[in-house]
Order: sequence, then C-alpha cells, then structure tokens
Amino acid sequence: MKTAVIVFPGSNCDRDMAVALEQVTGRAPAMVWHRDTDLPDGTDFIALPGGFSYGDYLRSGAMAARSPILRSVADAAGRGVPVLGVCNGFQVLTEAQLLPGALMRNAGLNFVCRTVPLKVENSQSLFTASYNAGEEINIPVAHHDGNYFADAATLDRIEGEGRVAFRYADSVNGSARDIAGVLNDAGNVLGMMPHPERAIDRAHGGTDGLRLFEAALGVLA
Amino acid sequence: MKVNVYVTLKPGVLDPQGKAIHHALEGLGFGGVADVRAGRFIELDVADDTSDADLDAMCAKLLANTVIENYRIERP
Repeated sequence: MKTAVIVFPGSNCDRDMAVALEQVTGRAPAMVWHRDTDLPDGTDFIALPGGFSYGDYLRSGAMAARSPILRSVADAAGRGVPVLGVCNGFQVLTEAQLLPGALMRNAGLNFVCRTVPLKVENSQSLFTASYNAGEEINIPVAHHDGNYFADAATLDRIEGEGRVAFRYADSVNGSARDIAGVLNDAGNVLGMMPHPERAIDRAHGGTDGLRLFEAALGVLA
Repeated sequence: MKVNVYVTLKPGVLDPQGKAIHHALEGLGFGGVADVRAGRFIELDVADDTSDADLDAMCAKLLANTVIENYRIERP
C-alpha cells in the first residue's frame, strides 16, 4: 500500500496523518510538497491534512486548491484512487470542486476544539465500512471554518445518494443538516471536518478514528 | 488599468461575521441598522487590453467561490 500526504505551507496535521497511515500500513507515506506536479508512481491512497494552508488567504483552502499538485490529486481521484481530506483538507477538496458545497465561518464565530460525537450515516463506503450505520463515534474537531453549506437541491441530492458519511450528533458549527463528512459521487473521495487521525491510540482518549483508516487502507481484520 | 472586484455572499447564505458586526454596531449605540453583510473588495491592476472574459474568469476561478458568493466587476 503506497500512501501519500500532501503538504502545503501552513499544514499542521501532516505529521499526525503520516503517523496514522504508517501505523495502519506499516509503511511511511510519501510526503508530497504542494509545488510538486506528480504523485509518486503507484500511489494508491492520498491524504490532504488539516492546518491553515497559505494562511487561509482569500478563503480557507482556496489557494491550496489551485496549487500544482492538486491537478495530479484530481486526476488520481478521477481514476478512483481514494482521497481523504480532513479539516483544511476538506476545505481544499470543496474549493477544488472535488466535493460539493463550501465550508464557511462557524455560525457561533468561535474556534471549536473538542471531541464530538458523530453519527455514521453511510457504513458502505470504502472509508466507513468498519462502522455500523447509525453508530455513534467520538472524534475530535478543531476548526474555525467548518460550517458546511450547500444549496437545498444539492443537500437533497447528496442525502438521497447516501453521500453524507457522517453527521454531528449535536450541533457543532451550524453546518447545514449537521453534515460533518461528505463523499463524492463515485465514493472514493471523502472530506470531513473531524480529525480521525487524532483518535487512533488509547492515549488519544479513543480509537474510533483508527477504524476509518483500517477500512480505507484495506486492512480490516 | 485599475479594476475593482466586489465579492459578496449570496442572498440567503448566513453571514456570521456580518451578524457580529451588526451586534457591535448596536453595542456602540447605533440603532436603526436592520442588517449587515460583510464582503470582500479586491483591486486589480491589469493590462489595459484585459478582456471582460478574462476578468470574469479570474473571478469565477479564484476570486469568488460561486457556491456561496456573487461577484461584481467594475472597470473604468
């Protein structure tokens, strides 16, 4: 399993993501710099980490979505390579139009940093197959711009197509319909504001995030 | 040539920053403010022969996120 973590100036969860990928696959991921134009040959899983790429200039994720490496990420996503975007990575995926909607300033205006309960909505995707539908899991969030927005027609469509992967069990940031994670239409791109890579060890206070990586990386017991 | 671009949230999109500014204005004693919407103003210095189509593409591809924002281009 060859994994890659895309690193932007201002990424700050790239090493946490690398630890999670190495723990599950037994192999360190390639750390790919935003100015690179190509992913390593044979990359079969791509992670976009959390952070504040380009200082959140213009809009969160806006500059990163136009960086050279994102063209290769989009090509790989189009070929069916799994792509996971967490927090700022989710913002980048929406700005790159690989996922629908946009992430706006939290409705309460405050930065929210705590572990929150999530409801697993779709347990059939390659990222969520280790969970049971309707199961409640606990994953940390840490964001200022996590307020998911899409127009009503788009929300109806993604709900109807089972593309809402996770919902907040309680309102966290004002997100439309409490959506916390969204899949693309092919199901191989997942964006989510909560940080599964921060819940992979009992020392983190929980291991609910580990199961996402185990499912996505094909190492389910 | 100086071109002004105004990026504003679409009607109906919640604007928490506008709401906070509104509350602050009320806190300063300014009554009679019905609503506040915050946007972004971008000043471009471009070649005189820049086409309307190019300016429009700059807005649609980067300066505005058309999922949530409208834009207006003002050229001299």
